[in-house]
Amino acid sequence: METITSIRPLLAVLVSLLIIPLVVVSSRSPNVRESWTFVAAVAKFLIVLSMLPVILKGTEIVYTVVQFMPGAAIKFRVDALGMLFALVSSSLWIITSAYSIGYMRGLKEHGQTRYFCFFAICLSATIGAAFSANLLTLYLFYEILSLATYPLVTHHQDLEARSSGRKYLLYVVGASIGLVLPAMLICYNLAGTLEFSKNGILAGTAASPSLLFILLFMFVFGFAKSAIMPMHSWLPAAMVAPTPVSALLHAVAVVKVGVFSIIRILTGVFGIQLLSSSHLGIAVCCVAAFTILVGSFIALSQDGLKRLLAFSTIAQLSYIVLGVALLSPKGMTGGMLHIAMHAFGKITLFFCAGAIFVATGKKNISEMIGIGRRMPVTMAAFFIASLSIIGVPPCGGFISKWYLALGTLQAHQIGFLVVLLFSSLLNAAYFIPITYKAFFCRPEDAMFENKVQEAPAFCVVPLVITATISVILLFYPQPFLRLARMMVQSITGA
Amino acid sequence: MNEQYPALLVVVPLLSALAISVAGWVNKRLCFPIAVAALGVSAWSSVGLLFRVLNEGAIVYKLGGWLPPMGIAYYIDYLNGLVLPVVSIVALLNLISSKKIVEQQFPDKAGPFYTLYVLMVTGLLGIVVTGDAFNLYVLLEIASLTGYGLLAMGEERAPLATLNYLYMGTIGACFYLLGIGYLYIVTGSLNMVDIARLLPPLYQSKAVLAAFIICMVGVWLKMAFFPLHAWLPNAYTYANSASSGLIAPLMTKVMVYVMIRLILTVFTPAFVFSTLAVSHYIVWLACIAIVIGAVLALKERNLKKMLTYIVVAEVGYMVGGAWLGNRAGLTGAVLHIVNDALMTLCVFLVVGNIVYKVKGYAFADLKGLFSKMPFTMGAFVIGALSIIGVPPTCGFFSKWYLILGAIQAHQYGFMVALLFSSLINVVLFFRVFEIGFYEPFSDHEGHEHHPAVMAEAPLTMLVPLYVVAISLILVGLYTGDIVNHIVQFVIPKGFM
Repeated sequence: METITSIRPLLAVLVSLLIIPLVVVSSRSPNVRESWTFVAAVAKFLIVLSMLPVILKGTEIVYTVVQFMPGAAIKFRVDALGMLFALVSSSLWIITSAYSIGYMRGLKEHGQTRYFCFFAICLSATIGAAFSANLLTLYLFYEILSLATYPLVTHHQDLEARSSGRKYLLYVVGASIGLVLPAMLICYNLAGTLEFSKNGILAGTAASPSLLFILLFMFVFGFAKSAIMPMHSWLPAAMVAPTPVSALLHAVAVVKVGVFSIIRILTGVFGIQLLSSSHLGIAVCCVAAFTILVGSFIALSQDGLKRLLAFSTIAQLSYIVLGVALLSPKGMTGGMLHIAMHAFGKITLFFCAGAIFVATGKKNISEMIGIGRRMPVTMAAFFIASLSIIGVPPCGGFISKWYLALGTLQAHQIGFLVVLLFSSLLNAAYFIPITYKAFFCRPEDAMFENKVQEAPAFCVVPLVITATISVILLFYPQPFLRLARMMVQSITGA
Repeated sequence: MNEQYPALLVVVPLLSALAISVAGWVNKRLCFPIAVAALGVSAWSSVGLLFRVLNEGAIVYKLGGWLPPMGIAYYIDYLNGLVLPVVSIVALLNLISSKKIVEQQFPDKAGPFYTLYVLMVTGLLGIVVTGDAFNLYVLLEIASLTGYGLLAMGEERAPLATLNYLYMGTIGACFYLLGIGYLYIVTGSLNMVDIARLLPPLYQSKAVLAAFIICMVGVWLKMAFFPLHAWLPNAYTYANSASSGLIAPLMTKVMVYVMIRLILTVFTPAFVFSTLAVSHYIVWLACIAIVIGAVLALKERNLKKMLTYIVVAEVGYMVGGAWLGNRAGLTGAVLHIVNDALMTLCVFLVVGNIVYKVKGYAFADLKGLFSKMPFTMGAFVIGALSIIGVPPTCGFFSKWYLILGAIQAHQYGFMVALLFSSLINVVLFFRVFEIGFYEPFSDHEGHEHHPAVMAEAPLTMLVPLYVVAISLILVGLYTGDIVNHIVQFVIPKGFM
C-alpha cells in the first residue's frame, strides 16, 4: 500500500477547534458567531474532500503528531473507511449547523455560544477518530468526544438533563475507562504495538482463545457508543438533548464513532483471519442480532418520537456491526456502506422530529395525528427517510440492506438473513403508521387545522436536502460504495 | 555561573528567607518581590541543571569544595534533575498566586509567611538535590518544621490538625534518622554513593534489613501512605489555600522521590525487589491505599477535603508503581511524581481561587460557579480530566505506564485498583461539575436566561493557574520525550 505524508488530516481535525475562540469572542452578535461555525464546517468538509481523490487512487495519507512509545503515538492514517466516515460526518455538519440555527433560535434556547463551541469540539473529535491510525489515538478522540457531548446532552441544565447526563457518563465514560483502557493495555502488552494493521495485531501473538474472547467483548461492550445491548440505555436517555444534537451526534457522529471503533477492532486489531478461525465473528454477530431484534421490538412500543428514533438507531447500529462481523466481503461492504446510508436517513428523521417540535411543540406520536396537513413537506421527508431506514427503494438504505443480505448468504448464515428481513418488517411496522396517521386520518380525528404552517426555513431546508440525498444515494451511491469496496478489498486481499 | 547552579538552587532561597524576615520588619511590601526573585533564581538554576544533566550526564557538586565522604556532595542525575524543576516551578507558581491570598487573609503576617514559604522550598529543594543521607534528614526537618508553621496558619481547626501532623511527621523523621543511623553503624558513611558502594557485601546483615525497613516506614509516614495517612486530610484542608497549594503538590511527591532514591541509589533494586521479596505485599497495600482514598473522597461533601483524599490515593499510585519492581512500573511512578505535582497544584490553585472569591469550599458554595468563575472552572476541568486520566493530559500517560507495569508484573489487583480509582474520580469530579453547572436549578426548563454575574479571581491568580493547566496538556503530549530522554536513564540499565 502506497502512503504519503501530509498534514491535512491534522488540519481537518484542528480547523473546528481553531474557530472556538472566535465563536466565544463574537458571542454578542449571533449572526457573526454562526458564520464562524459555517466557515469551520465548510473548511473541514473541503479539507476532507481534498483528500478524497488521493484515497480513491488507493493511496493512504499518514501523519504522526507525536510518538509516545514504540507502537503508540498520536498518528493519523486516512484510509477508505476513515474517509467514508469523515465525508459523512463533515458534510452533515454543514447541514446540521444550518438546522441548529433554525432550531435554537426558534426555541430561544439559552447558552447558544456554549452549544456551538462544544459542537465544534465534537466534530474535531469525530474526524480525529475517523482518521486514527492506532488504538491509542482512537481512544483519545473517543474520550474527548464523550466529554464534549456531555454539555450538549445536558444543555437544558434541569433535573432531567442531570439524570440523563449521569446515565450518559456512566455508560459511555465508565465503559471506556473500565473496559477499553485495560483491554488496550493488554493488547499493547501482547502485541507490542497498537497500530491497526490489515492482518490484525493480535494475530500470531500468544493469546489464548479465552483471553481473545474476553478482550473482544471488553472492546465490543467497552465502546458503549455503539449502543450494543446491554450498553444501550444511555442513547434513549440522551434524547433529552436539543434535537440537532440528537440528529448529528446521536444518529451520526457519536454513535457511529462507537461502531467505527468496533469495526477497527474487528478488522485492524483482531483481523478477520483470527476472528473466523476462532469463531469469534459469529459471537459478535449473535450479540448484534439480539440487539437488532430487541431494539426494533422496543421501538414498536414507543410513543415519544425521539425515543422511537433512538431505539431504531440502536437496532440500525447493530446492522453495521453484524455486517462486518459476518466477515464475508459482501457483508462487510454492506456494513460499512450502512454507516453512510443510515446517517442520511436517520438525520432526516431527527430533523423532522425537531421541526415538528419547533412548529407545534409536540413530542409524542399520539399527538401527531393529521400533522401531514399542517407540515406536508416535513412529513413527506419523514416518509422518504423512513423508507430508507426500512430499506426499500427508492432510497439509499436499500443498497446497504441488499449487500447485508447478500453477505449473510455469502457467509452461509441464513439465520441472520431471517433476522435482517424480520427486522425490516418491524421497521416498517413502527415507521409506516406514523406517516399514515399524519396524512390519512379521518377529518374529525385530525389534531391540526388544514392550514400549512411549517417550521422556519432554516429547519425545513436542511431536512429536504438530506431526504433528497437519501434518494439520490440509491441511484448514485458513490463515492461511499467505492470506498467501502476498497476497504473490504484491502482487508480481505481479494 | 552555571557551575554553581546546585549551590544557587539552595543557598539563594536560604539567604533570601533571612532577608524576607528582616524586610518584614521594615516594609511588608518588600517581602513578596524578594520571595519571587529568590524562587525565580531557584527555578532558573534547576532548569539550567536539567539541561546540563541532559547534555553531560550526572553531575557531582562538592559543597564548599570539601571532598566526599567527609564533605557534603550534591548529586544531580536524571532523577533529581527531573524533580528539581518541578519542585521549584510549582513553588514559584503557587507563590505568585498566593500574593492576593496573603493580602486578603493575613496581611500582617506577610513577613513570617513568606519567610516560612521560602525556607520550606529551600528544604524541599535540598532534599532532592543532596547526595548525603544525613543532610537529607536535616533538610527534611527544615521542610517539615516550616511546613507545620505554614499549615497552622488557617482556620480555627488548623493548629490542632497541624499538631497531629507534627506528632506523626516527627515520628516519621525519627524513623528515617534511626534507619540512617543503622546504615552509618554498618558502613561508617553517610554519603549515599559511598553507602551504596559499601553495602553489597553486607546485604545478609539483619542490621541492613532493619535499616531499610525503618527508613521506608519513616518515609511512608511522611508521604501519608496508607495506613499512615490519617494526619494528611485535616492538616491540608484547614490550612490557608496559599500553604496547602505549596504543600499538597510537593511534600508527598518529594517523599516519593526519597523512596525511589533509597531504592535505586542507596540500596539496589535487586536487593529491594528480589532479596526482600515483600514487594507483593506492598503493592497490595498500595491497592488498598488507592481504594480507601477513593472511597473516603467519595464520602466528603467538601471540595478541598475531597482533594486531600485524592492525594492519599495518588500516593498509592506511586508507591505501588515503584514497588511493582519492573521498568514500566518505575517509569510510571517517576512520571507520576511530575504529573501529580502539576495536577495537584492545578486543583489546589482552583480551590485557592474559589476560596478567594466565594469564601468557602463546601459543595454548597460551588453552586453556579461555571457562570461566576468560568476561567477558574475551565482550568479545574483540565485538572480534573488529568486526575481522571483522560488523554492527552499527562495523568493518562503515567497511569498508562503504571497499568502496563501491573500487567507485566501480573499484579492484576493493582490494575483493577487504578481503574477503580479512575472511575471513582469521574464520579467525584462530575459531581462537582454538576453542582457548578446545574445548581441553582432554573425553574422553567432552563430556557430562561439567567444573566450570570461574573466574578473571576484576579489575574495574578489566573495566570499561574493557566500556566499549570496548559502544562498538564503539554507534559502529556511530550511524555514520549520525557521518558526517552530522562526517565529511562533513571532506571538502572538491564533492569526490566
